[in-house]
Amino acid sequence: MKPAPFEYIAPTTVEEALGHLTEYGYDAKVLAGGQSLIPMMNFRLAQPAVLVDLNKLAELSFIRSEKDGELRIGAMTRHFQVERDDLVAEHAPLIHEAMPKIATPQIRSRGTFGGSIAHADPAAELTTICVALDGRFRCQSVRGERWVPAKDFFLGMFTSVLEPDEMLVEIAIPPMAPRTGWALEEEARRVHDFALVGVGAVVTLDEQGCCERARLVFLSVGDGPVEAVKAAEMLIGKEGTPEIIRAAAEAVTEELDPSADIHASVKYRLHLARVLARRALEKAFARAAIPGTQAA
Amino acid sequence: MMAKLIGKRITRNEDPRLLTGQALFVDDVELPGMLHAAFLRSEYAHAILKGVDVSAALERPGVVAAFTAEDMGDDWSPGPPLVIPPPTIEDVEFYTRTQVPLVKDKVRHAGEPLAIVIAENRYIAEDALDDIVVDLEPLDVVTNIERALDPDSPLVHDDLESNLAAHLVQEKGDYAAIREGADKVIKRRIVIERGIAGAIENRGIVASWDNKQQQLTVWDTTQSPIPIRNGLASMFGLSEYQVRVIAPFVGGAFGPKIMMFYPEEVLLTWSTLKMGKPIKWIEDRRENFYATTQERGQVHNVELALTSDGRILGLRDDFLHDTGAYDPYGLTIPLNTQCHALGPYDIPNFSSDLKVVFTNKTLTTPVRGAGRPQGVYVIERMLDIAARELGIDRTEIRKRNYLPKDVFPYDNIIIDQAFESFVIDSGDYLPAMEKALKLIDYEKFTKEEQPKLREGGRRLGIGVVSFIETTGVGPYEGARVTIESSGKVNTATGVGTQGQGHFTSFAQIVAERLGVDVRDVHIVTGDTAQFHWGTGTFASRGAVVAANAVNAAALIVRGKVLKLAGDLLETPEEELELEDGVVRVVDDPTRFISLGDLAQRSNPLRGAVEPGTEPGLEATAYFGPKYGATAFGTHAMIVEVDPETMMVEIKRYIVVEDCGTVLNPLIVEGQLHGGVALGIGNSFYEKLVFDDNGQLLNASFADYLIPTAAEIPTIEIAHQVTPSPLNPLGSKGVGEAGAIPVPALFAQAVENALDVDGLEILESPLSPLRLFELFHGEEKDA
Ligand SMILES: Cc1cc2nc3c(=O)[nH]c(=O)nc-3n(C[C@H](O)[C@H](O)[C@H](O)COP(=O)(O)OP(=O)(O)OC[C@H]3O[C@@H](n4cnc5c(N)ncnc54)[C@H](O)[C@@H]3O)c2cc1C
Repeated sequence: MKPAPFEYIAPTTVEEALGHLTEYGYDAKVLAGGQSLIPMMNFRLAQPAVLVDLNKLAELSFIRSEKDGELRIGAMTRHFQVERDDLVAEHAPLIHEAMPKIATPQIRSRGTFGGSIAHADPAAELTTICVALDGRFRCQSVRGERWVPAKDFFLGMFTSVLEPDEMLVEIAIPPMAPRTGWALEEEARRVHDFALVGVGAVVTLDEQGCCERARLVFLSVGDGPVEAVKAAEMLIGKEGTPEIIRAAAEAVTEELDPSADIHASVKYRLHLARVLARRALEKAFARAAIPGTQAA
Repeated sequence: MMAKLIGKRITRNEDPRLLTGQALFVDDVELPGMLHAAFLRSEYAHAILKGVDVSAALERPGVVAAFTAEDMGDDWSPGPPLVIPPPTIEDVEFYTRTQVPLVKDKVRHAGEPLAIVIAENRYIAEDALDDIVVDLEPLDVVTNIERALDPDSPLVHDDLESNLAAHLVQEKGDYAAIREGADKVIKRRIVIERGIAGAIENRGIVASWDNKQQQLTVWDTTQSPIPIRNGLASMFGLSEYQVRVIAPFVGGAFGPKIMMFYPEEVLLTWSTLKMGKPIKWIEDRRENFYATTQERGQVHNVELALTSDGRILGLRDDFLHDTGAYDPYGLTIPLNTQCHALGPYDIPNFSSDLKVVFTNKTLTTPVRGAGRPQGVYVIERMLDIAARELGIDRTEIRKRNYLPKDVFPYDNIIIDQAFESFVIDSGDYLPAMEKALKLIDYEKFTKEEQPKLREGGRRLGIGVVSFIETTGVGPYEGARVTIESSGKVNTATGVGTQGQGHFTSFAQIVAERLGVDVRDVHIVTGDTAQFHWGTGTFASRGAVVAANAVNAAALIVRGKVLKLAGDLLETPEEELELEDGVVRVVDDPTRFISLGDLAQRSNPLRGAVEPGTEPGLEATAYFGPKYGATAFGTHAMIVEVDPETMMVEIKRYIVVEDCGTVLNPLIVEGQLHGGVALGIGNSFYEKLVFDDNGQLLNASFADYLIPTAAEIPTIEIAHQVTPSPLNPLGSKGVGEAGAIPVPALFAQAVENALDVDGLEILESPLSPLRLFELFHGEEKDA
């Protein structure tokens, strides 16, 4: 399990890194935390001719908030930094809650937020959550930069809109509306495993306590983050009663098309999706109603 | 008074070295000019090999050599069988087919080696594997053990009429006759799947031929350095004294490292002899999933005949055992299964028809438990079902059937893995069960807590399971104890060590006998240059066979010390004591002589050593038990199952273990922790999934799930001591005990938690998916 031969470049500025990507195009891969890429190289499933190491790009490691309360996270920020960051806990509690569910502390000490997004693994929590929270991604190349909404970023399993000469440099998460509740529910075989099924729920209530906006985004049930739009619509204008929640949760399977693997059949995945959707919505509604859990 | 060390909770002598990275593992061996090997392995599970062309690989810069089966010429031959079939049972059919160093004509399991490449480093060696051109013609594959004996099944070995590797019937009493009159006969089919051992350190070998010294040195992760030395010497026409095998620190073994000869052991040695250069091969994790032996994999058709009050009249267990593509390890695993199906119970009539089958899978050899968990699963599950059907409490039915404590030694008539009559040396089962019930508070949980929780919609279940573990089989081990002139003691044994704490438990014995500090006893294991008689570390035998050899040698040295000191101090031996590294007169502590001085005096520079005496304070002794010592115990657990997601959480785990005399509780408990962890893996996480083409679908730790610390509960351990009468220390083995009852226990507890009419668990391992299917009454969604 040794990688095939490759050239290794460690640029010290984003500009320099982008130059290399332009030069080598499809032959190059960027190296972030390496937690997904290195195993793939050791299995020789990935055989990039050139590895552009981003680990010296200190400028891509940051967590800050904009004036309007938008949270900004640099692509090279490590999972453990996000996990322990107060700003994240306050502005994006769903991300805060998800962090311990990603892999192990060892992996979180190396793995990066940007790497997780760019990798576009359908089983990743952060991709799903960024969709549920209406996040945006800043993609940069020598040609310029563009902001891509999370829901448009993922094209399929391990594929995104990123061009070979492009890099993900920054993630933006808008502030949460008042009376918004959230939850991430998932089940994994072992604590640190990728989830068999997971779902992020975000619910915003109106002043009467009825649901104004709802998002239900799943992981591990398709080629990328999968949103149950119709099920979420069933909640609009309704109170979060057990009956309403159950009905919406039952409905999610209409919009999901999971596949089977050795750990879960299609039936079992769909069953888990219903159960977890119900649990996530119960939590999200309860949190939306509790004062003090709302975004400032 | 002499400080009592045996039985003390002493921290391990070897830990400072291990924890600070100062211990030598095979991969730490670096030799000048050392080359690195990689193996090209078959991707097909069953295929005709029409050709292997390594010429392009040889062109690659950095590649030094590449060999195929053809290149080995007359040196190519299938491995010798490691364990021959039992001669003591009549009418045993056994077809020996052993593994080959490199495939010559036909691939029989995925991962069989086709060629070896030797290069300047492992990276180049692996690059060169891609250069090799292989012509393989795939054949139909047999993986399902129940289909292996179908007349139209593909044949793993074309020269045999079927895939039958062995057939053997064991009988005790007359099951057929007793069945007629039984009040109750229960029949079930039980399936136990295959897993890996999953040691942290994979296998590794460094082989080095020194032409000037005419000396072959092999560092090997083997559990059996001495047989490896003897085998390599005979294979390559060398004197045993020209071959030194060193099994240094090994990061876990769990059975597969006792297997010999692995193709890599033969090939690395063959290549270094041919090339005159040291060569290293370290197995990677992916190779380990194909090239290192595996275990479990049986299908049982079982019948239990009972009286209406739950007394066992007889057990019938007809089963298939999967040996994989070859069967070098004989019948050890299924013989263990048969013996352990009898368990701690009085089963007067037993009949077991065993068929071992070849399949296109990696071979099976013992993995911690070695057939025992399967036997325990069979009898314990059948007792659970009997208890339910007869309306008797699960624990009560066990109590009614235990062998009483006055029947020992108890002869179970059938033969065991040592081909001897399966005699249980000693036992006292009921108190172990009572202790476990008390610790887990069985009464309170089943009568009060469980019903209350169930009303609240929560599904908690309890399990209680008894088991035996045959341990400490012969033939023998030896040890040499030497007091050095520094006063420190050196002890060399022939066993290898893979984390069992030998450096401490053996040292405790020596330190107690000689009155020295336990830190001053230096233990050598696994180096044939230091000790070259013995077999190895397996079958939970270190603390029985090797420890008693150490004890015997230490006692002889003690005798020599007392004699010499008695002469010098002009005091009768009875009036001397050994303590703090000196021999002193009990009544006059000012008169003493240190062990170091004695050692020097026993090895004089002037004067003669009297005829009939020997220099030095040294002795070599051996120990071989008449037959194995049988340990036993009871495990109990409480689990909670989420009835929606089918996720299982272990709430409490109790072990009551009786392994005779405990040499060091800390080490025994460590063994139990590790064993239970493996057992939990076997119960709920670890299953090798093969497709119909014999392809392994989960050949990595991403998909083959080993429980981590987060999945292992706190394990509460209590000891009971029923010494073995078969050895002076009274010890029994404990290396495998932890793993043995867990699958049966897990099944019982989960079944109890789900509490669904008609839901019976008759398979291992389980998984959330399987529980979901069982809960919803579905067939396997394969
Ligand atoms: C055992 C294990 C368990 C895991 N469990 C989980 C889990 O439960 N949930 C979960 O979400 N993740 C899990 N992960 C994945 C982990 O979160 C990874 O860290 C993450 O997916 C990739 O981040 P990285 O920084 O390591 O990226 P790398 O491995 O370095 O890169 C991954 C891919 O993204 C590309 N890439 C990286 N950064 C950029 C960038 N800035 N711009 C463009 N392309 C980029 C790389 O070229 C590569 O193709 C697990 C990983 C392991 C090994």
